[in-house]
Amino acid sequence: MSAENLVEISDLNFTYDKRPILKGINMRIPRGKIVAIMGLSGCGKTTTLRLIGGALKATTGSIKVAGQEMSDLDQDGLYRMRRKMGMLFQFGALFTDLSVYENVAFQMREHTDLPESMVRDLVMMKLHAVGLVGAHNLMPSELSGGMARRVALARAISLDPMLIMYDEPFAGLDPISLSVIGNLLRRLNDALGATTVLVTHDIQESLKIVDYIYFMSDGVVVAEGTADEIKASNLPFVHQFVWGEIDGPMTFHYPGAPYRKDLMLEAS
Amino acid sequence: MERTTLDLWVGAFVVGGLIALTILAFKVGNLGGYDGSETYSVSAEFDNIGGLKVKAPIKSSGVVVGRVADIQFDNGKFRARVEMRIGKQFQFPKDTSASILTSGLLGEQYIGLEAGGDEVNLKNGDKFKLTQSAMVLEQLIGQFLFSKASEDGDKKKSNGGDSKAVAQ
Amino acid sequence: MPHRKIGFGLRSVGHTMIDGIWRLGYASRFFFVTLISSGASFRRIHLTIREIYFSGVMSLIIIIVSGLFVGMVLGLQGYETLQKYGSESALGSLVALSLVRELGPVLAALLFASRAGSAITAEIGLMKATEQISAMEMMAVDPIARVVAPRFWAGVISMPLLAAMFSAIGVFGGYLVGVVLIGVDEGSFWSQMQAAVDFRQDIVNGVIKSVVFGVAVTAIALFEGYDAPPTAEGVSHATTRTVVTSALAVLALDFILTAFMFRGV
Repeated sequence: MSAENLVEISDLNFTYDKRPILKGINMRIPRGKIVAIMGLSGCGKTTTLRLIGGALKATTGSIKVAGQEMSDLDQDGLYRMRRKMGMLFQFGALFTDLSVYENVAFQMREHTDLPESMVRDLVMMKLHAVGLVGAHNLMPSELSGGMARRVALARAISLDPMLIMYDEPFAGLDPISLSVIGNLLRRLNDALGATTVLVTHDIQESLKIVDYIYFMSDGVVVAEGTADEIKASNLPFVHQFVWGEIDGPMTFHYPGAPYRKDLMLEAS
Repeated sequence: MERTTLDLWVGAFVVGGLIALTILAFKVGNLGGYDGSETYSVSAEFDNIGGLKVKAPIKSSGVVVGRVADIQFDNGKFRARVEMRIGKQFQFPKDTSASILTSGLLGEQYIGLEAGGDEVNLKNGDKFKLTQSAMVLEQLIGQFLFSKASEDGDKKKSNGGDSKAVAQ
Repeated sequence: MPHRKIGFGLRSVGHTMIDGIWRLGYASRFFFVTLISSGASFRRIHLTIREIYFSGVMSLIIIIVSGLFVGMVLGLQGYETLQKYGSESALGSLVALSLVRELGPVLAALLFASRAGSAITAEIGLMKATEQISAMEMMAVDPIARVVAPRFWAGVISMPLLAAMFSAIGVFGGYLVGVVLIGVDEGSFWSQMQAAVDFRQDIVNGVIKSVVFGVAVTAIALFEGYDAPPTAEGVSHATTRTVVTSALAVLALDFILTAFMFRGV
């Protein structure tokens, strides 16, 4: 176990309902870096993120966060570990019955006994970091998609976590919001001295900000490297993904019986 | 934590609920009637209490003065023993009689007290000496039929042997 | 082939039964976990107070209006029947007894299930569908303690208060129709009522009933919401199931409780 890796995943297998989702994943996520996990929808990247967060338990193999084996933790240990993690869900998952202010203050109220004035200062600081101090009185239903994502970001970092996880932070955003979030992600990671795991399929935006990339396909890591290495990669799959080509090793069709057979053009 | 308008609503809601409960207890129910501290206990024995129940009213001249507290069966005397709690403000002479009456033809049964002339009043734990049991409808009808039958029998006897032929 | 169809039918019956028992077990465990995670609902009472507002205060209007009308109908119908036997003075006791013993707790619980119960199910179902529950878990906050338990206790506290208001308003409605409108003697209306309604026997038992109904309705609503598939269709089905299941549970429990409380008195 090296000290510079915050998350270490070795030989990770995960099966859901007898269906293998992850098959022998190995990842190293160094402290202070932003690491992206990329791949097509359904390749198991969100599952990997949930396994790191302890929401799912590995079938075999090990996940160590800060040297702690996640599957050894009981409920209390898991909750203690999660206080040091922040997670941004795909569509923000803001608490719809709480205001923006209360959403950001949520973890402070749940986990600390800070006086109200201190909570207020901290919330305003976090909201300032995402540029939404003026929106603190609004309810989540009054926010645009990009703003909601930024509030969720402020909430995820409200207790200064050591590990921030993002599940598709760019999904469904307009180009400007997208660059704003991308920028924030990098700035916050460096300002907090945190480590970031980013699950996304938005290759162009992530290549600008990430330090290291893991490519996943069908439950295995098929490629890895720094942003420049990935851009220069000659692997057909990576090339297809980076440049968004239709032809390549990834097929458009879901695996199944040959189409002609379904049409009963061929005798079986 | 600050006070909010929401707290006001919830407070009003809880107060409203409690007021409703109080109304139910005092205006609709009988909680306002007697409280346990202001009563004294007197017992009486009856051959038959009919349909008398615990909590049945005790009335004197039609005014409710107390309630039946307990009904037991005395296995030595084979009689029913009724424990009554009467309001402190109602004092009765020692030779008061207690009878089990029915309000209306089919109404509930209650205990009626008829004051006597003794100068000493009943005290806590005393016993009514004079009691009258409940009238049981079946017995009344039975008695009525019996007396009717014996009347008929007398008539038949005086009429001679015809009735025998009829009976056969 | 017919025998194959029968086999298939049997299998689906068995499957439904096992599934039902499984769900019941899950629901019982959910209920138990809610009870043992209730500490925060009282330590941080404002969480519960907030939910009392949403389930209790928000149900006030429907409870008050329905209570008034039910009482008025009782007054009207009761008078029509009683005056045939010349005992219209018993109207007060008829209205009060039927409200305090049965109609108050039962109707208030049914209204509560359709007003607050369905809202609870939809809210929790949507919180699940929008990943708010998962987000809470990832923030190391137990959603049962933070979301479910306060709503449960709010329901249990609100229900008897709502039922009491329903009965009180209903008695007032009966008074309006019986005494003010029809002209039954006011004195005998109240005195007959007070003679017939016993505090322990009728009012306390009515309150006990409504507490039990509150537990049942809120627990069902919370479980249906928590167990709902995280889709629009799943949430809407769960909401319907909440209303149907709570209504059946309330009526069945009412029968059982009545049998225990009022038999042989």
